[in-house]
Amino acid sequence: MALFALKRLGSMILVLFAVSVLTFLIFNVLPSGDPAVRMAGKQPTETQIEAIRVEWGFDQPIYVQYEKTMQNMFSGDMISYFNQLNVVEEIWKGVPRTFALAIGAAIIWMAFAIALGVWSAMRAGGVSDGMLNVFALIGISMPVFWLGALMNQYLGFELTQILGFELFPNGGYVEFSVSPFEWFHHLLLPWFALSVLFIGFYSRVLRANILETMDEDYVRTARAKGLSERRVMLSHVLRNSMISVVTLWGLDFAVVVGGGAILTETVFNLQGVGQYAADAIGQLDQPPIMAVTMFGAFFVVFFNALIDIVYAALDPRIRLQDGDTAL
Amino acid sequence: MSEPLLSVRDLEVSFRTEGGLLQAVDGVSFDLKRGETLSIVGESGCGKSVTAMTLMGLTGGPNARFSGSVKLDGQELLGADDEVMRSIRGDRMSMVFQNPMTSLNPVHRIGNQIVEQIRAHRDVSKKEAMARAVELLDAVGVPDAAQRARSYPHEFSGGMRQRAMIAMALSLEPEILIADEPTTALDVTIQAQILELLKQLNRDFGLTVILITHDLGVVADIADRVAVMYAGRLVETGTLDEIFYDPRHPYSWGLLGSVPRIEGERLARLAQIDGQPPALIDPPPGCRFRERCPHAFGKCGEEPELLSRGETPGHLDRCWLDISERPALRQLPSGLIGLAKPS
Amino acid sequence: MSEKNDLRLSGTADKPVSDLEAFAEPPAVTVEGSGGQSPWRLAARRLRKRRFALFMGAVFVLLVLVMAAAPLWAEHVAHTSPNENHLSDQIDVGGEKINVVGLDGVPIGPTWRGEFFLGADGNGRDVAVRLLYGGRNSLIIGLSAALITLLLGLTTGLLAGYFRGWTDSFLSRIMDILWAFPVILLGIALGTSLALGGLKLGPVSISGGSLAIPIFVIAIVYIPYLARPIRGEVLSLREKEFVEAARAQGMGPFRLIHSEILPNVVSTGLVFFPLLVANAILLEAALSFLGAGVQPPEPSWGTMIDEGVARIVTAPALAIVPGMMIVITVLSLNVFGEAVRDALDPRAKVRIEH
Ligand SMILES: Nc1ncnc2c1ncn2[C@@H]1O[C@H](COP(=O)(O)OP(=O)(O)OP(=O)(O)O)[C@@H](O)[C@H]1O
Ligand SMILES: [Mg+2]
Repeated sequence: MALFALKRLGSMILVLFAVSVLTFLIFNVLPSGDPAVRMAGKQPTETQIEAIRVEWGFDQPIYVQYEKTMQNMFSGDMISYFNQLNVVEEIWKGVPRTFALAIGAAIIWMAFAIALGVWSAMRAGGVSDGMLNVFALIGISMPVFWLGALMNQYLGFELTQILGFELFPNGGYVEFSVSPFEWFHHLLLPWFALSVLFIGFYSRVLRANILETMDEDYVRTARAKGLSERRVMLSHVLRNSMISVVTLWGLDFAVVVGGGAILTETVFNLQGVGQYAADAIGQLDQPPIMAVTMFGAFFVVFFNALIDIVYAALDPRIRLQDGDTAL
Repeated sequence: MSEPLLSVRDLEVSFRTEGGLLQAVDGVSFDLKRGETLSIVGESGCGKSVTAMTLMGLTGGPNARFSGSVKLDGQELLGADDEVMRSIRGDRMSMVFQNPMTSLNPVHRIGNQIVEQIRAHRDVSKKEAMARAVELLDAVGVPDAAQRARSYPHEFSGGMRQRAMIAMALSLEPEILIADEPTTALDVTIQAQILELLKQLNRDFGLTVILITHDLGVVADIADRVAVMYAGRLVETGTLDEIFYDPRHPYSWGLLGSVPRIEGERLARLAQIDGQPPALIDPPPGCRFRERCPHAFGKCGEEPELLSRGETPGHLDRCWLDISERPALRQLPSGLIGLAKPS
Repeated sequence: MSEKNDLRLSGTADKPVSDLEAFAEPPAVTVEGSGGQSPWRLAARRLRKRRFALFMGAVFVLLVLVMAAAPLWAEHVAHTSPNENHLSDQIDVGGEKINVVGLDGVPIGPTWRGEFFLGADGNGRDVAVRLLYGGRNSLIIGLSAALITLLLGLTTGLLAGYFRGWTDSFLSRIMDILWAFPVILLGIALGTSLALGGLKLGPVSISGGSLAIPIFVIAIVYIPYLARPIRGEVLSLREKEFVEAARAQGMGPFRLIHSEILPNVVSTGLVFFPLLVANAILLEAALSFLGAGVQPPEPSWGTMIDEGVARIVTAPALAIVPGMMIVITVLSLNVFGEAVRDALDPRAKVRIEH
């Protein structure tokens, strides 16, 4: 087990390194033109550009440039040339907000997906199954930022006008320490907006898994044992159908935290990590985008390794298959 | 004559499929007395498993249709209430499946899977049930049973898994055990051990067994009676001796090869017969075996009934050939219908 | 439907009887019931039975045709172009002269006539015209990106799966790394850096504002989603007898890939294609919304939503309509794509993130 964990962490470090190289290439090498100008933002002066060129090593060989870039990223000194704020500090400010959004949404989407997936698998082929399938397809066909903007406008803003009180707030974030209730209240709409896509997707995956599992020999065995249909469903069908869904859950959670929530954060003005990057796009402010991209991918890689290790600890069958990642 | 324990009458099972209505089981009838061992033999796809699963009420899907009757001790099972079937399955009637590798749930411990069955039917504590599970595993020859009950299926070999399946099937001392090719997936020595186990259970506890197999050696070894299936129908049934020493249906001749021999070395697996069985979707009328039968004649365009055509009342077959001519026909050069490969 | 309730759930309970013929779940049945039919014919037959999916497929084709006709509408009906401002213009509605953009900055709503059919946006541009041109851009990007992904994904998967060894390690590592990035972040990273600098790859040089940038970005981002399953398939195909046989006959690797392996993975490509287009359109919209996709003033449904959200209080249609267009387009592709998947390869696990 320890060996597996070590191996997995080793391969994780390699991937992290590769991710950092790719990020560097995307921002500093791939585009044509002067990287210092791009880094400098909207209206740089000549002296600013010169300073950036020296700081990032753009006048030196490419491996020095990479080294300097990583120095900037990890030393915590990197600043945005748009507002002179420290990028890593700004990211840290957004982290709890992004996590609050991701954790709540993950719980909501899983709960709904299980309920709907089981419901439609049990009624496979029926009218309600067909309707749920259509809803799920609509859910995965909606741009989340559009849905969020409409929810924010109509449920958050106009509904408040009609009701005369705030059933749902119109965007914004309240610190948990300030008011747990308002924290929750402000996150409700974002949670659901972010969940819609995943509910649609997960309920369909789970439904397909359940139907596939119901064809398994061991489910037939469970029936042959004389178990009640309920027991067969819970302890044999659902239990086994959930395995891949839970894996997926972990992966998607990482993706949402690592940057997938950027649109939701922006539309509801939650000021999380994603929105920090999104705002920077508007200002053509490259350092924050670069840092969020790299640290987002780092989080995804790190979390995936964690999932693999936890899984291996839980399920002895996986350990046998050596260091292959579950990605 | 005592009442049969299991009585199957005109059992039909069909599935609606993409290609049309597939008649998987077409008018199967047989009786089974307590303590008897019935062997069902036939080529792959002839409907053996569907028959067995239907007896257990496990044939599923909204595309399945049933008719006929399955009576256990006089109680009708086909179309019976869910709850009734549930209480019978695993308690009075249990089944061991073809593939031990996939028939156990990979995420539950072996012991717990047996406990689950016991507790579905008996009001006993987990601990008592586990004690019983260990006892059963021990009885079917799982070494170090108390320890092994805590293992997961993937930690068991195929033979051990099948033993665990049998332990599970026997956990509530069922009246009937249906074993659907319980040994095909296992290697030869394990096969022999598992069959020995079944024989012993039959002998010592009067367990009634339905054994589905491709292996005539196994049939000769264990069966009291034999039912030969072909394309969804029974084509011949009788006692072991009747089928082996006096087979009446040309399909049985093909299966057995032209020379019966039970003593001495084991018979080969089912002999190869040239040709394919007919499609089960819209099969041609008349005798299903006609196309492959070297003795087919005009009459075979009509459907023969399953009747006793000789002196022995329990020996039934589905063939138009004159009963008195059959022994001679069977002696014909054997190449016409494949010959059992001597092993 | 069945005599017993507890039977309903086992076996092939996937579909009701009426639909079952269209689905053919149990593989045993497929083989029996359809003796000798080619898999393509069988798939076509299954697809034909999915009426709703075919209808949605037709909806998508119709959308493509309508968007392709954008210049016709602009020139002959609306008499304007997508980026043309009419801030200070007035139009004639029922004999009255009305400002295209009111003095309070509120643009005119739908006129339901040729000019400003759907009203104007904040810059006095014709929304209907922009919607058509925006859709044209979105569809061009979606279709081209998906096509490139298909080509590159197939190539990568085939090479990695067939040659194994270091080719596989190399390509698979690259896929792993691309895969590590959340799709939207990778899109933003590539989108902003290229929009700022433009791209120069050998002889090809693309300027920052070009549509080719989002096409390239989106195409790259989705490659691993296709390459991985293809690679897996090829890995198992190359061990099959018919491939062994061809190799034994001395067939070279590229001919072998072309004639023996490619035909067997084409169905996976086909299953992915509609879903790739759908996701590419969604990603384009998201990137454009954030400013990392189509660059203003060029319209796309994503930029239109972005601009519309800013005016959602006074002119909500500006945000709602392009969003509806995306939903209809993507939904038609998803429904059709699902039916294609069921027809070709019901067990295929297709997963694309957006
Ligand atoms: N759920 C189902 N839906 C449709 N057709 C089915 C279903 N189950 C079985 N069949 C078909 O019924 C026929 C009989 O199958 P069955 O499994 O009983 O054969 P078998 O005699 O047990 O063969 P084998 O020796 O290979 O196990 C086959 O043609 C099979 O394809
Ligand atoms: Mg069978």
